[in-house]
Amino acid sequence: MEIKFTEENLKKLEEAKSHYPTSDAALMAALWIAQYQFGWLSADVMKYVGGLLNIPYEHVLGVAEFYTMYNKKPVGKYHLQVCTNVSCMLCGGYDVVDYISNKLDIGLGETTPDGKFTLIEAECLGSCGTAPMMQINDYYEENLSKDKIDSILDKLSKS
Amino acid sequence: MPDFQPIILKNIPDFHNIEVYMKNGGYEAFKKTLKMKPEEIIEEVKRSGLRGRGGACFPTGMKWSFMPQKSEKPKYLCANGDESEPASFKDREIFEKNPHQFIEGTLIACVAMGIKTAYVYIRGEYYPWIVMLQKAIDDAYAKGFIGKNILGSDFSTEVYIHRGAGAYICGEETALLNSIEGKRGMPRFKPPFPANYGLWGCPTTINNIETLANIPPIIENGGEWFSKIGEPKHCGSLLYGLSGHINKPGIYELPSGTLLTDLIYKYGGGVKDNKAIKMIIPGGSSMPPLTADEIDGLQMDNEHLKSVNSYIGTGGIVVMNEDTDVVKIIKRITKFYYHESCGQCTPCREGCGWMLRILDRIDKGQGRPEDIELLRDVACNIEGNTICAFGDAAAWPVKWAIKKFLPDFEKKVNESVSLPIANRVHSLRVTHQE
Repeated sequence: MEIKFTEENLKKLEEAKSHYPTSDAALMAALWIAQYQFGWLSADVMKYVGGLLNIPYEHVLGVAEFYTMYNKKPVGKYHLQVCTNVSCMLCGGYDVVDYISNKLDIGLGETTPDGKFTLIEAECLGSCGTAPMMQINDYYEENLSKDKIDSILDKLSKS
Repeated sequence: MPDFQPIILKNIPDFHNIEVYMKNGGYEAFKKTLKMKPEEIIEEVKRSGLRGRGGACFPTGMKWSFMPQKSEKPKYLCANGDESEPASFKDREIFEKNPHQFIEGTLIACVAMGIKTAYVYIRGEYYPWIVMLQKAIDDAYAKGFIGKNILGSDFSTEVYIHRGAGAYICGEETALLNSIEGKRGMPRFKPPFPANYGLWGCPTTINNIETLANIPPIIENGGEWFSKIGEPKHCGSLLYGLSGHINKPGIYELPSGTLLTDLIYKYGGGVKDNKAIKMIIPGGSSMPPLTADEIDGLQMDNEHLKSVNSYIGTGGIVVMNEDTDVVKIIKRITKFYYHESCGQCTPCREGCGWMLRILDRIDKGQGRPEDIELLRDVACNIEGNTICAFGDAAAWPVKWAIKKFLPDFEKKVNESVSLPIANRVHSLRVTHQE
């Protein structure tokens, strides 16, 4: 597969570059665009992004490695990020991890064989008043209970 | 205080909508400032006594006055919405319920300091709130409040959102600058301070989202009005976040200096299952925890919290009931700091891992009697020995938990001492004494 941004994404990148006095400041935005298009940031994707912004690959890699949300390896279609930090922990965050782990039969950092779900433990996602919670791709699912998790996962596994 | 009217989270339906916001006097303060001299605006903010809401409580007016009024280089404003401190979730409430008051505050700050570009740094996880704020910014552009020659004046400014990607450290102001520049979010050494050498080496001011949201009412009603709300030394309202073992968790906007017991029992509906309190974190995970004995009559503002060796931080209060395992909680918090350390300073990078390993073995029942002292020692060697305040943030929970909850640590360590070894040690001691 050729690694190349779509026309629309190239436009988005130009828009992002216009926000900063130097084009290399658009690197984080460019990595986001890349992650949405390719799903994760492979070395080739990072090289491509570096080429677009005239930044050495090593610098791109350094930035991508620094920020947790950039996926450095492939993830499932639905990235289940369960918060287990203090407020969620007190409200059963680890029970949510165990429940999902048992239900999908995957451990932390693993993906289901059909490539649908990846489960990870996340640091505080700023949803402490609605704990326990998880983030699925870009969206929050809050006040989780076993029933709620069941219905969320059932819906997603059918889609 | 029953007659307290919220300043930011106003109880008006659809207040996030620009039309509703304008109908209720929105953007009037900004219009007023376009006709004011920059010094007058800064003076008004100084008079209000507003302190930064990001945790350091630095006087906002003074921070603004550090910016050079005349500068050959461009000047920048960064609104800090990284909000990654565990137990803090107030800024997202502003993005969701009152984004325009924040945008208006940002614009006023730009007028006061002659800034033509403002970046709003929002943590990457807050994607839904980034969408909400972007909509509000677009609406403000459409109404002519942002852009070139705003409302026919000669003032122009742009507001951009910069999306983070999951790094707690980017809430540290100089790390945030590096992140906006497209680099790894590693804190910079100070001095030079951002007001002289910030984004791309240009004068930059960094303010918290809540701080900026407080600006329009200050301009509208005057600094003196604001200075009379809450505690005089830390005035205004605060967005307290209640979480943990509490019946009604959430964000409560109340005057500074509200009693902690009122927050928990009156507003938060009390502890879940009516249990007693074991420990309270008063302002986000990095603030020294409080014991149940310390909360009676304790007012929640920075000055009063200092009397119990803690700070207001971001106002995120975590309530923990009597069944809570203090060691487990501190271990989880330390795991967070271990994960989030940027790795730049050795005491923090190595120390966080060291603390985590010691806490882990204490928690698993493999602790050694000398571990508690070792743990305290490591924490004290991180504190104050790093470029940024992250080191302190990682060390405080450990150091103060040991000081305030020592029996909990001792119990775990004592339980873990195996009997044959204990007997052997005891017999050696007895022999020695003889």
